[in-house]
Amino acid sequence: MNEEKFIPEASVGVPQNKSSEEVMKRRSFFKWLSIGWLAFTAATGGFFTILIRFLFPNVLFEPPQSFKIGYPDEFEIGKVDLRFKKKFSVWIVRNDEGMFALSTVCTHLGCTPNWFDTERKFKCPCHGSGFRSTGVNFEGPAPRPLERFKIYLADDGQIIVDKSKNFKFEKGEWERADSFLKV
Amino acid sequence: MGNSQIWKSIIRSGIPRTRRQRMHAILGSVFLHLHPARLPKHAVKIGYTWCMGGLSFFLFVVLTITGIMLMFYYRPTVEYAYTDMIDLGEQVPLGIMREIHRWGAHAMVLTVWLHMLRVFMTGSYKPPREFNWGVGVLLMTITLFLSFTGYLLPWDQLAIWAVTVGTNMARATPFLGHEGPGAAMLSIGDINLVHAGSDVRFALLGGRFVGEATLLRFYVLHCIGVPFIAMIFMAVHFWRIRKDGGISGPL
Repeated sequence: MNEEKFIPEASVGVPQNKSSEEVMKRRSFFKWLSIGWLAFTAATGGFFTILIRFLFPNVLFEPPQSFKIGYPDEFEIGKVDLRFKKKFSVWIVRNDEGMFALSTVCTHLGCTPNWFDTERKFKCPCHGSGFRSTGVNFEGPAPRPLERFKIYLADDGQIIVDKSKNFKFEKGEWERADSFLKV
Repeated sequence: MGNSQIWKSIIRSGIPRTRRQRMHAILGSVFLHLHPARLPKHAVKIGYTWCMGGLSFFLFVVLTITGIMLMFYYRPTVEYAYTDMIDLGEQVPLGIMREIHRWGAHAMVLTVWLHMLRVFMTGSYKPPREFNWGVGVLLMTITLFLSFTGYLLPWDQLAIWAVTVGTNMARATPFLGHEGPGAAMLSIGDINLVHAGSDVRFALLGGRFVGEATLLRFYVLHCIGVPFIAMIFMAVHFWRIRKDGGISGPL
């Protein structure tokens, strides 16, 4: 049996003859470790941020928000025009005072109402919300009137509807000039 | 035969003859070891356990396989989605893959709910199983979200309007939806950070309304995204069951 047992240096605290450079290595180890972890966290956080941003598209393949609908005399007074309902999701309504563009999105949960000319009202097939020709809700679960879009005259005299700007009655926005076209 | 090199290479242990060998046969197999090697009697009391958790997992596997089969014929575009769905019933051999998938989905929602009911009734959510109950609730939400995303894929009237209504509700989410409470708070000066083009509804739809982008997104979520998350949480759920002492039994 070998009498000399192996005793590791560390366990008996052999006097350190290491130079100051090597002692600094231990302290700087933690500095480098923290920098490493910080860099890793930053990289991971950055990656997940990029992932989330990736999900919000920059380009939409949807019909144009702004479009011309013709000249004012193509629209009868007292009539709700259905020609732009399917393609642009908008009703053009003209009364004695002028014209406005109503959104076809029911304010209850988003279905498309239908216009009933004989009864002079919009009725939503999903849950029965009813709206007057002005867009004001009067029956059913809809909490607020239909929204109106910006409507104005182009230089050539044609009417332009811009769906990127909408106006809500309950916020008093129907008073604004570009929600109504005086013709 | 049990001593041939081929057998040992595939199955590793010989034909088990002692209890220890039987245990090793189970523990040494990647598939078999997912179940405990030994079961107490109460684990198979159907009157007590209802076996709904196991049935939910079984249905998940059935749905995955039938779902993959459907993917061979279904194209998630506005042009083809509806007709491909019809063709899966009329032109494709057997013509019932879609039906199996659909009925399986309904059944899975039911079994998940019954499983939750059973766990509640037997008090199997009590310590140390409270965390696993939370994971289970998360799994139920995931199951419902799978149902929601899958519902759009036939691209019929029911699908489009159901998703329109559902995502319109999403815009009222606190902070994340542009019409929800707290959205106005998240703004830098005059600029709203959460608006119709940057809230969670926009990210879900991939646009302003339910259209082609939505169909593709829901397809990806339904086939890969959410099942991936479901599998992670199922792994946690099953692991916790084993660690917390196996399926709970009567006191």
